[in-house]
Amino acid sequence: MALLQIAEPGQSQAPHQHKLAVGIDLGTTNSLVATVRSGVADVLSDAEGHRSVPSVVSFSADAQPLVGQRADELTGDTSSVIRSAKRLMGKGGLDLADSWLSDHYKFDTSSGSLPAFVTQAGSKTAVDVSAAILSQLRETAEQSLGGDLVGAVITVPAYFDDAQRQATKDAAALAGLNVLRLINEPTAAAVAYGLDNDEEGIVAIYDLGGGTFDISLLRMQHGIFEVLATAGDTSLGGDDIDNALVGWLLEKAGVSKLDDEQASADVKRYAQTVKEALSAADSVAIDWRFSEGHHVSEQLDKAAFNDIISPLVARTLKPCRQVLRDADIEKSDVRAVVMVGGSTRVPMVRESVSDFFGKPVLTSINPDEVVAVGAAIQADILAGNKPDNDLLLLDVTPLSLGLEIMGGLVEKVIQRNTTIPITRGQEFTTYKDGQTSMAVHVLQGERELVDDCRSLARFELNGFPPKAAGASRIQVLFQVDADGLLTVSALEKESGVVASVDVKPSYGLSDGEIERMLRESMENAGDDMQKRLLQEQRVDASRVLEAIGSALDADGDEHLTHDERDVIDKLIVALRDCQESDSREAIKKAIHDLENGSSAFVERRMNASVRKMMSGQGIDNIDSSAWTRSEKIDDTSV
Amino acid sequence: MPENFEVDNAQLTQRFRQLQQHLHPDRFASKPEAERRWSMQAASFVNEAYQTLQNDLRRAGYILQRNGISIDEETDTQMDPMFLMEQMELRESLEMAESAADPLSSLDEIRGLLRSSIVEKNEAFATAAEAASWQDARTVARQWQFLDKLLKETKHVEERLDA
Repeated sequence: MALLQIAEPGQSQAPHQHKLAVGIDLGTTNSLVATVRSGVADVLSDAEGHRSVPSVVSFSADAQPLVGQRADELTGDTSSVIRSAKRLMGKGGLDLADSWLSDHYKFDTSSGSLPAFVTQAGSKTAVDVSAAILSQLRETAEQSLGGDLVGAVITVPAYFDDAQRQATKDAAALAGLNVLRLINEPTAAAVAYGLDNDEEGIVAIYDLGGGTFDISLLRMQHGIFEVLATAGDTSLGGDDIDNALVGWLLEKAGVSKLDDEQASADVKRYAQTVKEALSAADSVAIDWRFSEGHHVSEQLDKAAFNDIISPLVARTLKPCRQVLRDADIEKSDVRAVVMVGGSTRVPMVRESVSDFFGKPVLTSINPDEVVAVGAAIQADILAGNKPDNDLLLLDVTPLSLGLEIMGGLVEKVIQRNTTIPITRGQEFTTYKDGQTSMAVHVLQGERELVDDCRSLARFELNGFPPKAAGASRIQVLFQVDADGLLTVSALEKESGVVASVDVKPSYGLSDGEIERMLRESMENAGDDMQKRLLQEQRVDASRVLEAIGSALDADGDEHLTHDERDVIDKLIVALRDCQESDSREAIKKAIHDLENGSSAFVERRMNASVRKMMSGQGIDNIDSSAWTRSEKIDDTSV
Repeated sequence: MPENFEVDNAQLTQRFRQLQQHLHPDRFASKPEAERRWSMQAASFVNEAYQTLQNDLRRAGYILQRNGISIDEETDTQMDPMFLMEQMELRESLEMAESAADPLSSLDEIRGLLRSSIVEKNEAFATAAEAASWQDARTVARQWQFLDKLLKETKHVEERLDA
């Protein structure tokens, strides 16, 4: 692999090895992992042949956590069997009161602001639970693909904010997964259907899962996906259809309610079978005995079933109307409707949605798998397996990002629906004579008042020289990367005093915490894990050495002075010397030193290749230094 | 692309996509850290440039800046009194629209007025820029900012009415 290679259009790279990369749909109820093999995207099955893993983790005091089917089927004391942890991802203690989860679990809110489920194995955060699920999926993938993964694309709901996206990345890091990119679930579904291919227009993604409903409108223009609007209902899903059917059975049998947990689980499972049967047949013979004298035995036809569930389906259409209003478009502007989630198998759901939008809905890809399939296609591209593919997803920030200004107001620095990555600056000044510090309060949301927005981070810029009020100029820079994660820095222009934070809101984990948690999990896993991590570090070292080496061979003399070359050569020797040692830390540090020491060289090469690329196109009047600086282009609002 | 106020939007979009095809972080997802960092900066810059050039008013501000003129100098508050009077009237009618019998159609009317004024400013700016009369161009751009801000406020009013 050559360092800094920018392929010319149409020019494919040298024959390459197929890299193992997966797409993961980390769902509220079920999770899946998929990959592209021989050009076809498919979901991977675990050793027992299951294509999806229930998002359920059971913690016990004296054993490794159980994940998936086996955890799902546990009976008895289920207080340590955690379901739907996704609902709590990136949420702080204060959010807990609103949550469906607080009805089902006990929480420990003592450790900082990160609430944790109280389990037999101690307190477990939503990030821990998700990490356990992701580890399971990684194992499934590595076993079935027969090798280590270079990385994964993980999907998140379009409405996930910065904290929730960060929490998802934290969970992946804990599970030892390299995240190639987080992408939005509706975007993944659109990619699975190949809607990015030369099509322009607006697509609706209707996602009715087990316990949640989401509707999103995306606008596509040649591979640019923009989330126009998203809405939903976090307590509406397939479970509600099952419950409605159970309610009907109870009524028919003259039973008022079921006290026995086992009995209600049984009847719910029966209701699911009936629901599934009615997706294929016009009528089903119902035969269910609750107890002596309480028995239902009759035909249930589709029309009667539709009557039972129609209020639920109608509830999904309200958010559909809302997104059309928010995006300011008509139903007729929507050119395709994609169905996602197992509950969209119910014919009445399909018919109602099709009637609502006035066009047939897309159902040819398994609605449980479509998100994972789209993520797998994107992972394959990001891993570099398809150098000629030009699908490029340009995502946008779902929510505006801003700063607190005088009077408890929010000044927006990056508006929602801005294409990312983006760097944007805003200049501020002091309001008191002799002021030497300034508090920076970063917020997310659309409202004007600080109290109505979500606080992401606070930090202080200290120690700049005192001046008259209004004389100091403080530049605050917002940087959102391609995963939608934010870094904010502040600089006092004259003194050059700088302060910055990675916005890992109080709910996120610091790198140090992730390290610690990884270490703890490794202590349990024993030597194997240690060996594996050391091996991975060595592979990393070879990769970096090879990349730098071939870049130096190619045009090191062109871009480096003799002294500069000397410095890099010494760092290369240092890394080679410790590459085979047993110290993971030492190798890591030597890699870091080499990457740092050669970063100017990297920049020069890349700038040179961009200039070359553009000179062929007649644009050479761009100041090349602008590429390496994040310049502020004045926002012209008054 | 030529450095004019008038841009060919189709060409601009095509160039934007071409650049992002090469520079976007997705093209560097499995490359070393230094390259990924570089790609993020380059792609951010291209996104910002595209968003600036695509928006008429922001493009106008950028062209002024390229010619050494800042549009936002706060020390200078001089504006045509006639224009300011018109602005005050528009603001008053916006406030009144909220309590009007049919607020949405009053809002639509104000929006129509603003949109056609903005089209005028756009044309006036183009003419001034063509002649390299930068001070005139700046005066037009300042007025344009006022109109643009008011147009944004009509949207806030509509959101309030909807809620």
